[in-house]
Amino acid sequence: MELCDLPAFALADRIRRGELSAVEALESALDRTAAVDGRPGTLDSGSMSREDEQKVHAFITLSEERARLQAEEVDRKVASGVDPGPLAGVPFTIKDIFCVRGAPATAASRILANFTPPYTATPVLRMEQAGGVMLGKVNLDEFTYGSSNESSAFQPSTRNPWNTRRVPGGSSGGSAAAVAAGEGALSLGTDTAGSVRQPAAFCGVVGVKPTYGRVSRFGLIAFGSSLDCPGPVARTVTDAALMLRVIAGPDPHDATAADIPVDDYLETIESGVRGLRIGLSPDYFRITYPDPQTGELREEPISPEIEAAVMLAAGRLAELGADIIENVPMPHTHYGIPAYFVISRVEAASNLHRYDGVKYGYRTPEMVENLGELYRKSRAQGFGSQPKLRILMGMYVSAAQYSEQYYNRALRVRSLIRSDFDTIYDPNGKYRLDALLTPTTPTTAFEMGAVYGDSVLMQYADQLTVPANHAGIPGISLPVGFDSDGLPIGIQLLGPDFSERNLFRIGRAYEMVTEEDAWRSRRPEVLEGIEDKG
Amino acid sequence: MTDSITPEIFDHLVLLAALELSLEEADYLRRQLNNQLKAIHELERIPVDKDTPLTSHGVPYPPQITPPIREDEWDPFPRSEEILEQAPETDDGYIIVPEIPHTELE
Repeated sequence: MELCDLPAFALADRIRRGELSAVEALESALDRTAAVDGRPGTLDSGSMSREDEQKVHAFITLSEERARLQAEEVDRKVASGVDPGPLAGVPFTIKDIFCVRGAPATAASRILANFTPPYTATPVLRMEQAGGVMLGKVNLDEFTYGSSNESSAFQPSTRNPWNTRRVPGGSSGGSAAAVAAGEGALSLGTDTAGSVRQPAAFCGVVGVKPTYGRVSRFGLIAFGSSLDCPGPVARTVTDAALMLRVIAGPDPHDATAADIPVDDYLETIESGVRGLRIGLSPDYFRITYPDPQTGELREEPISPEIEAAVMLAAGRLAELGADIIENVPMPHTHYGIPAYFVISRVEAASNLHRYDGVKYGYRTPEMVENLGELYRKSRAQGFGSQPKLRILMGMYVSAAQYSEQYYNRALRVRSLIRSDFDTIYDPNGKYRLDALLTPTTPTTAFEMGAVYGDSVLMQYADQLTVPANHAGIPGISLPVGFDSDGLPIGIQLLGPDFSERNLFRIGRAYEMVTEEDAWRSRRPEVLEGIEDKG
Repeated sequence: MTDSITPEIFDHLVLLAALELSLEEADYLRRQLNNQLKAIHELERIPVDKDTPLTSHGVPYPPQITPPIREDEWDPFPRSEEILEQAPETDDGYIIVPEIPHTELE
């Protein structure tokens, strides 16, 4: 095992003790990146070579020099007896949807390709202040609008390290792929409908969507402001908890960052699951999706291998002393996507109106008659088809004559989705759950090109993750093994507001009981043939 | 089923969205929008009471977790030149735009 394969927790511990330098940890992550990542995503990338098809392509911007300065600073602090912080020398990446002063922030869109923000997002700032070393910024679906990374304007888009013919998921696909391949131990992603949890499941890593308001959105380029949650991607549950502890908490720059103290997740993470009540709902074992040929909605059970993986996990948690409660009704689950189609589009259209070719970002080079034409040409040339679709749909469903039928109805359905969760977590109710255990995704990672272009089918990849975004509750996706194609399977735990501590406990208990399982020793395909320096 | 978003409605949306599209792109986007709308119509199957509240975000914000409102104080960004550097065209601290069209209100 190389340094870049060590968990963040172990790396920081050794660096703080002076057993290892932050520069050594950085070198290891940079070497790994050089070996597996291939060329970074760019605009106008040309055609794909055979070699391109076998690389990860997680990065848009690799900031080696900046990272080296940070690592040296960590080493200086250790040498002079100053504690650099809980993430001392841990190399991490961030989804290129967060602003970092002096580094390009592209949102994987042509319209922001030349934008360099003058300030840094709160969660990034907190990771750097905790001693973390930012390797660079990683790819995503354009403005986060997708579940496969393929819609990025910066190609080649990220590929799945376990099988480079498959998508990494999205929109935080660069984050999940980078962490899975050892290009940084941690990554900061965002989750608006499942954008941390779904790629984490596809890439066999841990992904956390914290409670809405647990992590500040200051410096996050907005998509759906009532849904967006910055969250950790890591290889272990402990690492995810360590990272959330650093980035969470109130922030004077974000009025929705809840004024609640952050739990010390690590203190309780290994206290087991005895007595915790964990539910299973049949509504999360079937999916509704539009038939690609006819467009008619069909209902089907999820992949039997994924269902079996969830049931196996439930069995092992029961052996550890958790109470498993079956047949928990979540009747509004399958309305999550239709409601999301409305709510997220209205919020996206509103948030995207600021891109106008005037203040920052792309401006059309063509001669224009007036300001209106400047707006239209800059936006038409700068946005790809996914942002355009969201703007147009948002305009339509919020128009005065349709808003009661669509927008207000969707907001009422959102209340019903929330009430499903309120009912099962009610401490005086029938179920009194601490968490709901579900599959993270209906399928494992799909082939590149198999879904892209069909914006409806792509959206349905998020149907088991989006209810948590409507409800605001926290969720975590955990790797639990592989399907018969050798692709990772993820399970999801959903808890009541601000119950991240319990989700980490359950996740860590599961991790400990499966530590010796054969599947845990598998390594991603892209690491085959890479010399292990031990 | 006829399309809910007709070419005429679509053109109006494009205008509101401050976009301009090629015929091919318009055709693809309009088709995708109508497909998405079919999925959205699923919402009509669910009985929704007029009394069901509108939820604009999932997590309730009772006063004890809502951050206090900031003092209304002037807090200028310390490096305004870094903001202006991002503008495509500036002149002496001003952002330059082409002719602003005027519409006479009736």
